[in-house]
Amino acid sequence: MTTLLDTLFNGLALGTVYALVALGFVIIFKASGVMNFAHGSLLLLGGYLTAVLHDDLGFAGALAVSVLATAAVAGVMDRFLLQAGGPDPHGAHVQTIVTIGVDILILTDLSRRIGGDLLSLGDPWGDSVSGLGPVTVADSRIAAIVVSGMVIAGVFALFRYTSWGLSLRAAAEDVEAASLMGVRLVRIRMLAWCLAGALAALAAVFLAAFPAPGLERTTGQIALKAFPAAILGGMASPPGALAGSLLIGMTEALVAGYQSDLHVLGEGFGDVAPYAVMVLVLLVRPTGLFGGKAAVRV
Amino acid sequence: MPEAPPDEEPALHVEGLDVTYGRAVSALRSVSLTVPHGTVVALLGANGAGKTTLLRAVSGTLRLHRGAVTAGRIRYGATELDGRDPVAAVRAGVVQVPEGRRVFAGLTVDENLRSGGLGLGRRRPDQVSEARERVFTLFPRLAERTRQAAGLLSGGEQQMLAIGRALMAAPRLLLLDEPSLGLAPQMVYRIAEVVREINAQGTAVLLVEQNAGMALSLADTAHVLEVGEVRLSGPAEELARTDAVKRLYLGETTEEGAEAAEEGAETAQRAGTTEGQGAA
Repeated sequence: MTTLLDTLFNGLALGTVYALVALGFVIIFKASGVMNFAHGSLLLLGGYLTAVLHDDLGFAGALAVSVLATAAVAGVMDRFLLQAGGPDPHGAHVQTIVTIGVDILILTDLSRRIGGDLLSLGDPWGDSVSGLGPVTVADSRIAAIVVSGMVIAGVFALFRYTSWGLSLRAAAEDVEAASLMGVRLVRIRMLAWCLAGALAALAAVFLAAFPAPGLERTTGQIALKAFPAAILGGMASPPGALAGSLLIGMTEALVAGYQSDLHVLGEGFGDVAPYAVMVLVLLVRPTGLFGGKAAVRV
Repeated sequence: MPEAPPDEEPALHVEGLDVTYGRAVSALRSVSLTVPHGTVVALLGANGAGKTTLLRAVSGTLRLHRGAVTAGRIRYGATELDGRDPVAAVRAGVVQVPEGRRVFAGLTVDENLRSGGLGLGRRRPDQVSEARERVFTLFPRLAERTRQAAGLLSGGEQQMLAIGRALMAAPRLLLLDEPSLGLAPQMVYRIAEVVREINAQGTAVLLVEQNAGMALSLADTAHVLEVGEVRLSGPAEELARTDAVKRLYLGETTEEGAEAAEEGAETAQRAGTTEGQGAA
């Protein structure tokens, strides 16, 4: 029973953090039709900046700078690299390939800087734990759930209530009609990339915090787990990304928690589990949990 | 952004306009026309004559179709519109209702209406609610369905929503692209009434139509486009009486009979070929 509660809690914590990353994927895809393969590198960049700055600026200051800087890098990348030629409704595929190139560039440089080190992000929770009823949980995971939950709610509110959110949803439905209404396509889209970058930088903190050993050069690959989460949610649906992330997080926690019972599946099934879930969901619902027509944005 | 102060009675002037798609396909050649303040001007022509291209040039959406103005000028009042983005047109008071309605199907009726004001930036709440009241007075049926997804409306209701969405930007010139397309005759009649009412409230209308009978009954002046050039211009009543228009657009047979009809069909065919390459 304790194992189950423990596992569910871990799954929730992982799921909400994956949701930060998956939401980034979805926001970018919705705004530009681009699959951002550089998302893992942006996440690593955010984490790296927090790690090197926290000695001088303190954790909060370092995090703030890192979130803003990562947002700026994502925005600049979109505005001056992908959108350099102005609005082009048919350029998404080429731009997707460009993100692979950007990913290699950022990742190579950060790998060189980080090397084999394990960087501490200087988060205030350290390895402290709290008793939550019958289970003992890491404070960092409580923080992950609370902060991610609040940020996700904020993002949903942005989508729903602000003119930026309305512009983005309108442009995702029909670029030309939105343009005729006077939506500034280039700017709206760039802001979407900035938001996705900011979310990735924040996610890096919780992915590197206890019980993870710290930030490594491979931390960015965790974005790969959010990728199936975004896809099984429907790729263009923010609620779908949240649901998908929670599902992936729970799966991972359950597989880890009951590893000894899953011996038949071999060692390291936890790494494969997100993809197994994705394939199973897509077999039943090819457009994803919340996907429909919107998922085939052209 | 420094904008020229709005005129009291601005008019749309298109002078010697050439438009080319993909740097190769010429869609408009030295087209000139004027939409004076507070009037209804009809633009007739077969498929591929360049009607939609002209509207795109005015509203600034040519770029999305890889088209460009290669010669000529477009002015609305004191504001130059050629080569500008759609935001400039919306801010100047020129708003286009696209062909085929193009409402945001996944958004609610209310959100569609809100999206109509996006080009104007931050507005006072009373301006927004005033615009919304105007739309709901024109289209009471929309007021009953504000929470419904726009994709679930009927074709006629979607056309009303598309027009209402454009009215949210409080335009002084409305560009209407084929508002009667695919609608039942009764709904076409209703749309015509609405255009009359919008015009009576002081908004000028540039009406692109294939339904020439409806368009000529509404318009003060009319122009006929053929393969990218203005072929005929004049007061709508006069044009409706000319043989060429009767024959080609109103479906009336004159003395020449079959021969003329054949010629008309040929013209339409030629025009269709041009459009196929230029604007899809």
